[in-house]
Amino acid sequence: MAKPASNLTRNAEALGAWIDQRIPISSFWKAHISEYYAPKNFNVFYYFGSLATVVLVMQIVTGIFLTMHYKPDAASAFASVEYIMRDVEWGWLIRYMHSTGASFFFIVVYLHMFRGLMYGSYKSPRELVWILGVLIYLVLMAEAFLGYVLPWGQMSYWGAQVIISLFGAIPVIGDSLVEWIRGDFFVSDATLNRFFALHVIAVPLALLGLVVLHLAALHEVGSNNPDGVEVKKNKDAQGRPLDGIPFHPYYTVKDLFGIGVLLTLFAFVIFFAPEVGGLFLEKDNFNPADPLVTPAHIVPVWYFTPYYAILRAVPDKLVGVILMGLAIMVLFILPWLDRSRVKSIRYKGLGSKILLAVFAITFIRLGMLGMGTGTAAETMEARIWTFAYFAFFVLMPFVTKYEKTKPEPKRVSK
Amino acid sequence: MSDNQPLASLQPVTDKGRRMLLLAGTGVVGAVGAGFAAWPFIASWTPSARARVIGAPVAAYIGAMEPGQLIKVVWRGQTIGILRRNEEMLGNLGEVESELRDPASENVDQQPGYATNQHRSIRPEYLIVNMHCTHLGCVPEFIPEVGAQPFEDNWRGGFFCPCHKSKFDLAGRVYSGVPAPTNLIVPPYSFLDDENVMIGVDPEGAA
Repeated sequence: MAKPASNLTRNAEALGAWIDQRIPISSFWKAHISEYYAPKNFNVFYYFGSLATVVLVMQIVTGIFLTMHYKPDAASAFASVEYIMRDVEWGWLIRYMHSTGASFFFIVVYLHMFRGLMYGSYKSPRELVWILGVLIYLVLMAEAFLGYVLPWGQMSYWGAQVIISLFGAIPVIGDSLVEWIRGDFFVSDATLNRFFALHVIAVPLALLGLVVLHLAALHEVGSNNPDGVEVKKNKDAQGRPLDGIPFHPYYTVKDLFGIGVLLTLFAFVIFFAPEVGGLFLEKDNFNPADPLVTPAHIVPVWYFTPYYAILRAVPDKLVGVILMGLAIMVLFILPWLDRSRVKSIRYKGLGSKILLAVFAITFIRLGMLGMGTGTAAETMEARIWTFAYFAFFVLMPFVTKYEKTKPEPKRVSK
Repeated sequence: MSDNQPLASLQPVTDKGRRMLLLAGTGVVGAVGAGFAAWPFIASWTPSARARVIGAPVAAYIGAMEPGQLIKVVWRGQTIGILRRNEEMLGNLGEVESELRDPASENVDQQPGYATNQHRSIRPEYLIVNMHCTHLGCVPEFIPEVGAQPFEDNWRGGFFCPCHKSKFDLAGRVYSGVPAPTNLIVPPYSFLDDENVMIGVDPEGAA
């Protein structure tokens, strides 16, 4: 015999019902968490979406606390960061969490994007999931660049100088545009002040909005998986995908484990190598910005270096800027470059496998070259890899159309 | 009139022409209004009155400069180099021209009309030039020594950018085959007298 419900339980249920009649919390929870069916064959690459969300939240929280001590003023910005590092209680931890978080964001996002490339997650019907993802990537790059300027060290200053001057390559309006972005005749206090505003509110708002859209689009079409099989095609009598399992509790628990691994690595970096030998925080950035002294060797942080290598590989400024922009923009049309009948690399032919492998190597090698001093030999090599970078996109329609693919299974493999 | 009959005024009568006119009218007026409302926000990003005042011309004293000496002054946050060239330096300007991208300063954006000549200056002796590399804004090093350099076997003196290896001669003219697309910029300037130069102001009578 069931125990009669206590007053407390009945009151809690009544409160729940009262709320549900006014705001759709439980139906939202069901639709997106407890009854959102995700393919049951996710592998390790499917951690990075949720990990990116975790890093995003961490960046927002640590960022909010940093603004409480940071001064967006050319005269005191550098000193205020050092103040956070030395005098603010636990300030060093919050600051290192934020600076390390930026690099971890890109590590996670690059692996997340590589997963998409591998398993064809950009293919129909997920084109908009992919496009929104590329937009997030673009906005994230803007956010990272703006943030790197704020400590107002030498690399902040000269990095800003280099990146802003890229807009000067645009014919006719270039020079006025550069002046408008800087708000002065050189990179100055006005520039820092507006970059702060963009970094702490304007761009994060856009980022959050895009993340919501990215997830909304994903939940509309459902997740892809390593087999590239649409799990929505095989449903049981209740309309639940046979190859799917509810996101909660199955994937929430799995993701919790992933978060544990991520945070372990994260803590290791923060505590033992927060600068990663100049990779996450460049050495020159520990000198205050000086408009009259250019560092001998200006390079962006590691996550921008593949594109920087492309920029430097071209002897002409405008063409270099265009090519660098194109290297990112081409990602938007990727869903229409892949003409393959199958999604996943598992069932694509040898050609696609070679293309993807070479592309991955190209991206890493370009990133390494972008960190170099730009010797003649490096520039020559960067030209070859730049060619390889674009060859991936140019060859894709032909390779995917004509190569022999393996038949895609009806159900996901074990 | 029956109770079940809807009021005449609630009958759906659509005047499509009128609806389109109202939509178009509201849309156009709204867009113009939005444009006007956006302008103050866009304009707020241009250099402020304070920045413009700080960007005013600066005077430099050149009366004590030795031949071959370079001094740097700051104008609008930019490093402006003033180089007093000696006879040998001026002589070398002609020698390097075959290796330059724009030896005759044909790109008119890079200097005022009064500096469009081989020495790119008002008085041949004094070069006044914005030192920032036209590639990405670094400040090139002044290397006047003639002879072999790590970056060039037959160096005739000039400016070498450590950032991306751009090279300029002693008139700020860019070499071919380097990342910098154009010659260094010659800012507007004028001589107040033989010992003082004003940077940021054209000579009287010059456009």
